[in-house]
Formats: sequence, C-alpha cells, structure tokens
Amino acid sequence: MTGRPFETLTALAAPLLRDNIDTDTIIPSREIKSVGKHGLAQGLFAGWRYQGAGREPDPQFILNQVPYAQAQILLAGRNFGCGSSREHAVWALCEYGIRAIVAQSFAPIFFENCVNNGLLAAALPAAALHALADAILAAPQLHPLTLDLQHSELRTPSTGAIPFAIDPDARERLLEGLDAIALTLKNIADIDTFHGRDRRLRPWVYLRQCP
Amino acid sequence: MHEPHREHRLAADQPPASTLFEKIWRQHLIVPGDHSLLAIDRIFLHERTGSIALRGLRERGQPVRNRAQVFCTIDHIVDTRPGRGDDTPVPNGRDFIRQTRAAAHEAGIRLFDVTDPDQGIVHVISPELALALPGLTIVCPDSHTCTQGGIGALAWGIGSTEAEHALATGTLRLKKPQTLRVSFDGALSTAVGAKDLCLLLISRHGAAGGSGKVIEFAGSAVRALEIEARLTLCNMATEFSAVSGLIAPDDRTFEYLCERRFAPRGTLWDMALEQWRRLPSDADAVFDQEIRIDSGDLAPMITWGTSPQHAIRVTDRVPDAEHSGSSREAHARALAYMRVAPGEPMTSLRIDAAFIGSCTNGRIADLRSAARILDGRHVAPGVYALCVPGSSAVKRQAEAEGLDRVFKSAGFEWRDAGCSLCFYAGGEDLGLGKRVVSSTNRNFEGRQGPGTRTHIASPATVAASAVRGHIADARTLAP
Repeated sequence: MTGRPFETLTALAAPLLRDNIDTDTIIPSREIKSVGKHGLAQGLFAGWRYQGAGREPDPQFILNQVPYAQAQILLAGRNFGCGSSREHAVWALCEYGIRAIVAQSFAPIFFENCVNNGLLAAALPAAALHALADAILAAPQLHPLTLDLQHSELRTPSTGAIPFAIDPDARERLLEGLDAIALTLKNIADIDTFHGRDRRLRPWVYLRQCP
Repeated sequence: MHEPHREHRLAADQPPASTLFEKIWRQHLIVPGDHSLLAIDRIFLHERTGSIALRGLRERGQPVRNRAQVFCTIDHIVDTRPGRGDDTPVPNGRDFIRQTRAAAHEAGIRLFDVTDPDQGIVHVISPELALALPGLTIVCPDSHTCTQGGIGALAWGIGSTEAEHALATGTLRLKKPQTLRVSFDGALSTAVGAKDLCLLLISRHGAAGGSGKVIEFAGSAVRALEIEARLTLCNMATEFSAVSGLIAPDDRTFEYLCERRFAPRGTLWDMALEQWRRLPSDADAVFDQEIRIDSGDLAPMITWGTSPQHAIRVTDRVPDAEHSGSSREAHARALAYMRVAPGEPMTSLRIDAAFIGSCTNGRIADLRSAARILDGRHVAPGVYALCVPGSSAVKRQAEAEGLDRVFKSAGFEWRDAGCSLCFYAGGEDLGLGKRVVSSTNRNFEGRQGPGTRTHIASPATVAASAVRGHIADARTLAP
C-alpha cells in the first residue's frame, strides 16, 4: 500500500545532520509492542528523545525544542535508515507527523519502505545540506522549507530552487500514490508465462506443497 | 532443423561475459525495464516482521501465490531459556508468536515453530535445510537475508510491504543494482576469519561503502573459506549498506548442500548441479567497482564505537577524531556513548558480559572456535556470559560434540536457539552502561539495551575476552 500522493510540502525542517542514523535508533525494538503498523509515534527516536529509561523529554534533542517540535521534515546526514529492515521506522516517522526526509543518502531497504508509505526521501549533497541546516538553525521561522516533488527541487523564501535527487520510478510512485501490488497484478499473464517456462527449465527450484 | 538455429540465436543474445549476479538476475527477469519485474524463488518470514506482512495480505483478501516456496520461523523474540513455550520476557511477545502461527497456518505455509526440531534463526536454518540454494532469489523482511549469498543465492532484505508484494505476486519490482567485487587475497592465519574480514572492509570503506550495490566476495582468501564462514562474510554486507553480498558456489558449496533436507535429489540434483556450475562470474566479466584487500596480515578486529565502521585491530588503541574515519561530532558522540577515550588500548577495557550467537556467528563452526579457547578455562569473575546456538540443529550438534559441557564448565549459560540478546526488544537485557563483547553484527547505540555498550568481534575474540575479563587478543590464549 502507498500513502496519499505526495506533491508539494511546505513545512519546518529539523536539522539532525548525523551520519548512519540506524532504524534501531529511529524506532528501538523495545518500542514495537504489537503486531501492526500503529502505536509507534511515542517510540520514535526514544533513545535520544527521552532521558534515562522513562519518558522525560531530553531538552538537548532537537525534536523536543521550540519550534522544531512542529517539524514535518527531517534533515539528516549520510546513510539514513541503515541497519534493520523494520518498516516500523517509516511507520513511526509517519505517525509522528514527519512527511519528508532530506538526507545525503539513504540505506536501500529504508528508501524502498519510504516510497511504499508515501514518505518522501530526497537526497542532497553534503554542502547544500549543511548550508540549508545553518540557515534554518539561524532563523527557523524565516526558512520554512518547500519540497516540490513535481520539479524535484526544494526552496526556502531566502534561497533559490535547489534540485534534489530521487529515483525517477520512486518519484512517480510518490506523486501518484500508486499501489505496487495492484500494478504488478496487471502483469499476471507475464508472471504465469514465466513460471510455466521456469518450472521446465529449473524444476529443482519448485518444492512440493507442505501437507 | 529449427533447433540449432534457435540455439545459435540464444547464444548470440547471451552477453559475452557476465557476473554471477547478472546471470541470476537474467534468469529471473520477467518484465525488463528501469525497474524490472523479477521472479522470487523463496520467501522467508519470522514473527517480528513476517506476521505483519501476512496480516496485510489477509486484509487485502489476497492469497499467497506460491505457498510451497514460503517458509516461516519463530526466532526473533522467542525465549531462549530452557523449557520455553510461547511465553517470552518480551512484552506482548506471546502475541507476536501466536499471531504468526495462526497467520502461517491460515496462509498454508510451512512454519518451523518454537518446538520444531528445525527451528532456529531464519538465516541459519535456510542453508542448513538447503532451502537456500545457489542461483535462487530469496527475500525476507529482515536485513540479514544477504547471509544466503554465502552459498551463491541472490538474497536480500526487504520491508514488510515489499514482503506482501512478494507473497501476493511471487515477484518484486526493482532497479538493477550496480556490482562491486571485493577481493580478499592472502592466506588467513588460524586466529582470524570471516568476521575479521568484514569488519576490516567496513572500517576501511565506511558503513555506507557498499551503498545500493550487490557485492561479489572473491579472491583466494574467500575461496578458502568454509561455507559457514562465507555465510558470516555475506551476513555483514548489509552493515556495508549493500543490497546484498554473494560468493560463487563451488564444490565445497555443493558438498555442503548435498542430501540436506530440502535439497533436490536424484536427477533434479544432477540438473541443478549442472546449472550451478555455470553460475560463477566469467573470467572477463566487468564489475562497476572493484575493491582489493590484502588479507595476509589480517589481525582480529573489534569495534570501539557505535557503527560497524568503528572497527580496529584488537591490539590497537581507540583512535582520535582525525584517524577515526568519522566526523568530529560523530566521533565525540561515539566516544561518549561507549565511554572510551582516544589513545586507550582496546585490551585495557574491562567487560561485564560476553555474548556468542546470532545469524552472524551462531553456527557450529563459531561455537567450535569459541569452545577451543574456553576448554579448560573459566570466564573472569563478574563477567556474565552466554552462548545461544543459531538453530536447534546447531544446538544438538554442539551437544553431540560435548561443546555444551565446555561452555557450561567455563561459566557460560547454554541456551535454546534464537536471536536472543543480539538486540533488545524489552525483555532480557545486559544492563544500563554495561560493556559487552558480542559475536553479533550491530554495535548501534541501544541495540543490546538502553545504554549498553557493544563491541562486536569474532566468537574467538568474545571467548578470549570473557576469560580475561577485558577485551583480549585470542592469539594470546591459543588452545
């Protein structure tokens, strides 16, 4: 399932410019308390967001600070979302209210999970990312960030348009909110033909149904 | 009359030189494109993420397309203490187990349940049962699925939504990844192995060094690795941010798989073998990127920080920011979390706990290598040590060899199979601020529990450190 179609978003961005932010950090396993995609927002960044073992907000963490508690965009460093494949990381971000992440790069499984949930994952070179973060941190209210997926560019009132990178197929799926399974089932005849031929070519692949 | 002509045409269509990955890719291509539709031969599920995929499918009213090709196990949050059932120290853990069981039964897929003799960590049991075979495409909603590359399969981790897609259609749509060949040349000394090789690679090229690529591990050192060590090497490809890692199958692979439970038999085996022998990359195949590493002077490796790229030789000192390969800020954060200081010798760090197990290093060869060091020795006072076999079959084999007695005599807890303390899910933990040497794959902040400080290393290094009570060089404790 994909989320709602993504077109243009203008919102405050919270700079969290660390490299290798892993999915255990985004949603620790201990915060995954039931079989499902919900009830995860409170656990988002739990290890950084709260002091000690309780739920006392840590004032050092950017999402606990005014005005970044309202942020709908995260700025991050290289290899965002590395580690565990848990899609809970994306569900937690979405439930919390994050709608886009602009980072230097993304881990591959996390990126795919983003697209499948309508969360924009846009890549920006390090220098542009740091300049943007500096501008926001200096005067956040003057720098709401606009992410224009149609044109693959971002801008603030004080900067011109800066192009960001995103895989063209991912962009199209985000723009249209396409359902991947429904799309693939349109190829069902191709899939049937493939399996018919493959069963003859590689019969050793196909196991018997368990009783 | 037409046959020779057709064969000639096929031969002409065949690209002149292909990599192992390209051959598997081509074999599975259903609809080519910028994002190609690829056939998936095996889907594995476990109770942590697979249960959600099965539920999502049911909510769509969509059946599993190829039920016989789908397998499920209970490994992630199952209790590993003896006498276990569905109850687990993980809050609501029982719900995950029971809902997974119910969903697997409803979907009609094979489940290796808590008490099944073939239960174990998904990435340990799939080669063990020959569910993973050379040339197959294998997916699982778990990042360490790349482990199966060790037997020459193209295997990679996916999200739960992608798993739904694979279950419903028997396919995945994906962009063809770039290829990277990592060659390790130079004979390994006896005290080092696959874990040290992958930590060395990630320390040199960073945790994003293989980003989005499929890695073929090659070179004389890789050819010489036993199958279990190859699985360890490929297991860590995801810590390098690669899509997957794989190794060309060879006689050692075929011997390993032959006659295992789900391996093809008779004429099917002969046919498979003939196809598997054609899988290795052609001599003149071209990779998008090449990395060559001299493994001749490899030393035991261990992490000092909070990313797998923070790995150094066990005999080294904690690096300063300039030599850490990380930004000044990341370096400072890692030092503070791990409570280590630049210039401190790794071997001076006292430890509170030692963990042997996981999909990285929970196989019989790993247990043997730790037991060789532990035999006749005891863990240092104050060190909590446990060994969790990667599968129920590994546990049985270890007990048949008497390894359980070695571990227990040395002061280790001897557990049932599962993922256990490789990650903290809210159940058992190692304690706030505790320092653990672990044969696992991730030293992230909080991975093994809030505030727990994880140093990842080989099973031999874990065993030696447990005995010494501080991080230790296994070469000083040779049997």
